[in-house]
Amino acid sequence: MSEQTEHAAHEQAQHGEHEHHITPPVVYVVIFVTLLVFTALTVGASYIEMGVFNPIVALAIGVVKATLVVLFFMGVKYSTKLTKLTVFAGLFTFMALIGMTLADYFSRAWGRW
Amino acid sequence: MSDSPAIANGAVAADHHEHPAYQRHHFHSVEQQADTTNFAMWLFLLTEIMFFGGLFTAYLIFRNWYYPAFVEASHQLNIFWGTANTAVLISSSFTMAMGVWSAEMRRKGTLVLCLVLTFILGLIFLGIKTIEYSEKIEKHHVPGFHYSLQSFTNPASDPEIYKEYHDKPMALDMARHTELYFFLYFAMTGMHALHMIIGIAILGFMILRARAGAYTTGHVTFVENFGLYWHFVDIIWIFLFPLLYLISRHQ
Repeated sequence: MSEQTEHAAHEQAQHGEHEHHITPPVVYVVIFVTLLVFTALTVGASYIEMGVFNPIVALAIGVVKATLVVLFFMGVKYSTKLTKLTVFAGLFTFMALIGMTLADYFSRAWGRW
Repeated sequence: MSDSPAIANGAVAADHHEHPAYQRHHFHSVEQQADTTNFAMWLFLLTEIMFFGGLFTAYLIFRNWYYPAFVEASHQLNIFWGTANTAVLISSSFTMAMGVWSAEMRRKGTLVLCLVLTFILGLIFLGIKTIEYSEKIEKHHVPGFHYSLQSFTNPASDPEIYKEYHDKPMALDMARHTELYFFLYFAMTGMHALHMIIGIAILGFMILRARAGAYTTGHVTFVENFGLYWHFVDIIWIFLFPLLYLISRHQ
């Protein structure tokens, strides 16, 4: 039985594209530390007066952190094209929905304030 | 029905090539099965993103409409607890990722340890959230339950917040909208906490199964997909934290 599974694992490894990627712990450690650094950065940035840029910087750091989580912790970087396309299509649809809704609400009283 | 063991062990096995017991035989291969479940899990997570997306959109629209009320109301949140909880949640995501690695490497002991750590970090997050919620209850900042405007119409009456921000008293009609901020605060962090509670319950189940050796046989799909769920909950918090706690510190 164990010989068979070993053989199966070997066969799997030969199939290039279908290979089950195992992310090494060092990658997880680097991402973990980076996420903590960005958390400290976003808190620090909130104490600096930047006017309209405060929320922009906060959200930009949030996007970077979320991207790191999606690519490495969730392994999308090493996943199939189908998964990559699914994630991208989902995020694109989400951005389109939220973007158009906000553009509508924010521009209704345009020039009247 | 086609999953009945009689068929699996009998007729089908005879004309199929050998495959591990955990491969459902409507799949061509283990890889195809793994890719399919991964795809399905992402579809589920996308519905979750749309669900939370509605809440985020509502928050951004109302913040834009009732800006002064949202700024002063957010001064009630404690940045120290928010930062601590962010660190706790990121750590739990890390231990979960290490759990997936342990399952892939078939290391039962490490897997159980990682799952237990993730479980504990999840509970710590909820504990800190409880401290924050009880503060809101004490100050009557829970919308609909004897909601009090005192901290906003007379900020000096709330010395702890006042000495940090020196907010000016708000007119009653604007101050009323702080209740909307707290409604969204509880809706968003509450839904997030509910996801945490569900995740912690599943983690408890997984710890028992992992101790019995369930995930260290080469079949890691369950651990992997739970990991996706747990990281997704982390991502929601990564956006909740700046939007609710941080961006209104100034102005």
